[in-house]
Amino acid sequence: MRAMNLSYTSNEQVEVYRFSWPVSVGLPLLLVGLQAFLPVRLHFFRVFDFGLLLTIFFAVSRRSQVSGLLTGAVIGLLQDCLTHTPFGVFGIAKTLVGYGASSIGIRIDVENPGSRFLLAFFFYGIHQAVFVAIERELMGQSIHLNLGHEAGAAVANSLMAVFLFAALNRLKIRD
Amino acid sequence: MNLFSRHKNTVILAAVLLAQFLALAVQVKRQTAEGPVRVIRLIAVTTLAPFERMMIYTGEGVRGIWTNYIYLRGVRSENDRLKDDAERMKLDRLREQEDARQARRLQALLQFKERWIDATVAAQVVGTSGTESSRLIYLDKGTADGIKPDMPVITPDGVVGKVLAVFGDHSSQVLMINDPTSGVGATLVTSRLQGIVKGTPTGEVQLNYIMGDENVLPGESLVTSGGDRVFPKGLPIATVTKVSMGRNLFLDIRLKPAVDLNRLEEVLVITSQKAREPDTAGLGPIRASDILAQHLPGVPQAPTTGPVQSPAGAAPASTAVAQPSHASTVPVQSVAQKPASPKTAPTADVAKPGTAEAGKPKVAAAPKPKAERVAPQ
Repeated sequence: MRAMNLSYTSNEQVEVYRFSWPVSVGLPLLLVGLQAFLPVRLHFFRVFDFGLLLTIFFAVSRRSQVSGLLTGAVIGLLQDCLTHTPFGVFGIAKTLVGYGASSIGIRIDVENPGSRFLLAFFFYGIHQAVFVAIERELMGQSIHLNLGHEAGAAVANSLMAVFLFAALNRLKIRD
Repeated sequence: MNLFSRHKNTVILAAVLLAQFLALAVQVKRQTAEGPVRVIRLIAVTTLAPFERMMIYTGEGVRGIWTNYIYLRGVRSENDRLKDDAERMKLDRLREQEDARQARRLQALLQFKERWIDATVAAQVVGTSGTESSRLIYLDKGTADGIKPDMPVITPDGVVGKVLAVFGDHSSQVLMINDPTSGVGATLVTSRLQGIVKGTPTGEVQLNYIMGDENVLPGESLVTSGGDRVFPKGLPIATVTKVSMGRNLFLDIRLKPAVDLNRLEEVLVITSQKAREPDTAGLGPIRASDILAQHLPGVPQAPTTGPVQSPAGAAPASTAVAQPSHASTVPVQSVAQKPASPKTAPTADVAKPGTAEAGKPKVAAAPKPKAERVAPQ
């Protein structure tokens, strides 16, 4: 079994990818739309945050902090549109995730399943922490995290990330 | 310029975050003692307030030196006058409180109306918010079908939520009862206690504002109280699953919704409710003195030796009005409309000779807040 190589050496070149416009625009719309529709029939899909996974995927593939944070902001605001909470709650959380993921993507190898799992797990935690902080401090809501539920959701999203990223790899265009 | 280009990404991140924070702060209203206030205003005021306070305190300090130490002529006589005013105001306040209580009761009796479902529209659930933090569903019916905000949404099993917004002819958004921002006025069927059903961040449903010394048991059902002016009275909401002592002297009551909110496919939107006056034909004239008498302690009635009266529903309701000491926990209309409920049939309890309840003064036996609870909204 090949040992997991998480960081780049000086000899390795960081690969930067881009995506076509239809993919950049259509994919977030498709996945966020699916996420809103699927739980009507398949209740367990409510656990997944496709917007978050897509933000991480675009951020680590493009490896540009500006691009990552803007992608996160747009996807987050798109999700905000479907809720009854004010605009910006998911936007802020995903902006930070996009910026963080692209920063990490520059430094470590995010192409193998193990690192993708860990990356998704880590950023799911960050996302939820930022979300709760906004809800509590800015919106004055008394929200308490159910750690067991959140841990389960983080694992589920991380597993989904492994398969989803593998599928989305086909849409990458090498820069 | 050099500094900007060196930290370009961080600056852009800060700019994007700041823009969203500002946008959020403009939208969000924080509840304060004086009503809802936009967070942006709250932030601005919180930032500026220390400086303003400093200025004010400085000015007040200077003024205080003059008024508290230099200019004290006539303070003693003014103090005496103010004490007299305060005493008089206390008495006024007590009298006004009593007037207000009486007015509320009279208003409740004279203007009480119950609402009944008149028309519904069946709708298909076509989507959700897609997030766990926002318990919303989207329906395929909109303005073309007469859907409007705040209309109740139900299934044959019970309450689902209420219409939050309508988007065009064929789309509307429903806030479900398991969302933390929702709220449904509810009554426990057995104990007749009233509280508010709200969601939790994890999608559970709980009953709030039931005092810790009340007796609520798992398995008890909840129905809508009608007090929220959205849902008609008597619709099933949930069943109590777990009761424990919560914070702030209230019970932590967890519920199982009557409707499986995670598997909704079709729902009914109540598009029309009709108000119906209670049947007061047998009550006779209601006098203000009868209502006022409910506030006064009653003399325990001696156990009757005559024949046992007919059940509460058949007992003349005027008896309840005429004997305020017995009727103090239940308003008149409850007796008339819920004849089968033992909780709303005080006349039956009174009429049973030889029981432990007979002859016991009801004012002392039942806590006074219950009279407020069952009072119609």
